[in-house]
Amino acid sequence: MRKPAPAQHRRPAREAGAAAPALNIASLTVRYADILALDRVSLGLEQGNICALVGVNGSGKSTLFKAIMGLVSAGTGTVRIFGAGSKAARKNNLLTYVPQSEDVDWTFPVSVHDVVMMGRYGRLGPTRRPHSADREAVDHALEQVGLTSLASRQIGELSGGQRKRAFVARGIAQQARLMLLDEPFAGVDKGSEATLTSLLQRLRADGKTILISTHDLAGIPRFCDEAVLLHRSVLAHGDPAEVLTTENLARAFGEGATSGAA
Amino acid sequence: MELLNWLAEPMLYGFMTRALIVTIAAALVCSVLSCWLILMGWSLMGDAVSHAVLPGVALAYIAGVPFSFGAFVFGAGAVALIGVIRSTTNLKSDTVIGVVFTTLFAVGLAIISKTPSQTDLSHILFGNVLGVTDGEFVQVLVLGVITLAAVLFKRRDLTLFAFDRTHAHALGLNTHWLSTLLLGLLALTVVVALQAVGIILVVAMLITPGATAFLLTRRFPVMLTAAAGISVLTAVVGIYASYYWDASTGASVVLAQSAVFTLAYVFAPRRGIIARARVRHAHRPAAAGAVQ
Repeated sequence: MRKPAPAQHRRPAREAGAAAPALNIASLTVRYADILALDRVSLGLEQGNICALVGVNGSGKSTLFKAIMGLVSAGTGTVRIFGAGSKAARKNNLLTYVPQSEDVDWTFPVSVHDVVMMGRYGRLGPTRRPHSADREAVDHALEQVGLTSLASRQIGELSGGQRKRAFVARGIAQQARLMLLDEPFAGVDKGSEATLTSLLQRLRADGKTILISTHDLAGIPRFCDEAVLLHRSVLAHGDPAEVLTTENLARAFGEGATSGAA
Repeated sequence: MELLNWLAEPMLYGFMTRALIVTIAAALVCSVLSCWLILMGWSLMGDAVSHAVLPGVALAYIAGVPFSFGAFVFGAGAVALIGVIRSTTNLKSDTVIGVVFTTLFAVGLAIISKTPSQTDLSHILFGNVLGVTDGEFVQVLVLGVITLAAVLFKRRDLTLFAFDRTHAHALGLNTHWLSTLLLGLLALTVVVALQAVGIILVVAMLITPGATAFLLTRRFPVMLTAAAGISVLTAVVGIYASYYWDASTGASVVLAQSAVFTLAYVFAPRRGIIARARVRHAHRPAAAGAVQ
């Protein structure tokens, strides 16, 4: 299993221009009416890294995800995904999204297989009728996340951790290169969390870039290469050990809120 | 033989055959759309669009243009107006929907009260399926086929949109267009169903079959088929009930649908109340009584 590389090992690749960064956000500002949600956020993510996005509720994590997906328009600044604009990136299936549990209707009459197949829709014709290559991609994705035997279950019949893996499988079937996971560990037990993090590490080994918003500060150094501390603007970004210091967390979460952090 | 005669008798009248065809067409289109409406949580939107078409129908009769044209313009206009007000205020959706559709409904009532001889209000409100003209018959069938074809052609996109619109957007699908498509189809569906059950009861046909099918299955294709089957069956039952008991056709169809919903509510395999009570009973620990 790959250990997080020190920051200086990654930097030369960018300078040589070997590949466009997975994500490059420059001076992004987003406002909702009179509320400043993101203030001149600049953030670069190298390909093949797992990055934790940390911040209190209302710190702009969701807005940042929405801006990356082009769901909110940037007041100023730019978002580039593998060098492409947000719309081109979406059209080319470069990014996928794993929603928070409370944003999903778990009673919806779709099977696990149906949900994973939805990841293929951007590659299908106007009626989205799947071909054998798409079924193979779905079967392969289900196998990778270990849900093959549960494929015909209704999505709500899965446990918390299995549900997350089903949505990750959707991104795998989509062959997306940048994966955005919104609070994937909320409501997931420790065993399932370990299954999920080892899955994410395998995806990183396949070259996927993964951005995870999380409250689970203790787990971050175990499997993330870098961390971003967000509070409307980027307070710190880099190696998790350097970012998640007591002083930085106090700035992001307020005094007294850091006792639970490792 | 007696049963055959009983079934054949109403169909000896041309207007009854026509009423049966119009009612089945309306029920079928409504039931298919209802599957997406109830999953989207758009039931109130169905209510709104159906009421909002009243001024359109009244003006169409006065101007002598096809009723479906006027109804569609006002149905789509109501949807657009709701969208505009929602995006320019902080009011909640149901509030905006309530204000817009009652306003348009009142406009329709006002128009009809000022031009009493042109239109029969009760026919618009409660349907007039026994008095369908040739022109109306053709309008209903053509619009019904168009609506059904469009829904089925885009069914996978609409399901993805209903399930996870953020991911639909992330896949590069135009979610704004899908939302507009579904609302446009809703307006068309209301137009198709107006003749059969009238403005007031259209919403029942737009909700009940989907809700019933939702209780019966956890597979969307099965839900779609079940809703369609239930709607055709209840349309036939409603037409015969209205013939033999001389009851309102629209009310008979809707009551037949309500009866099937009630059966599903009680007896559905997993989501029915009996099944749920059984599950609760099975999971209750043996010593639960002692603990309490």
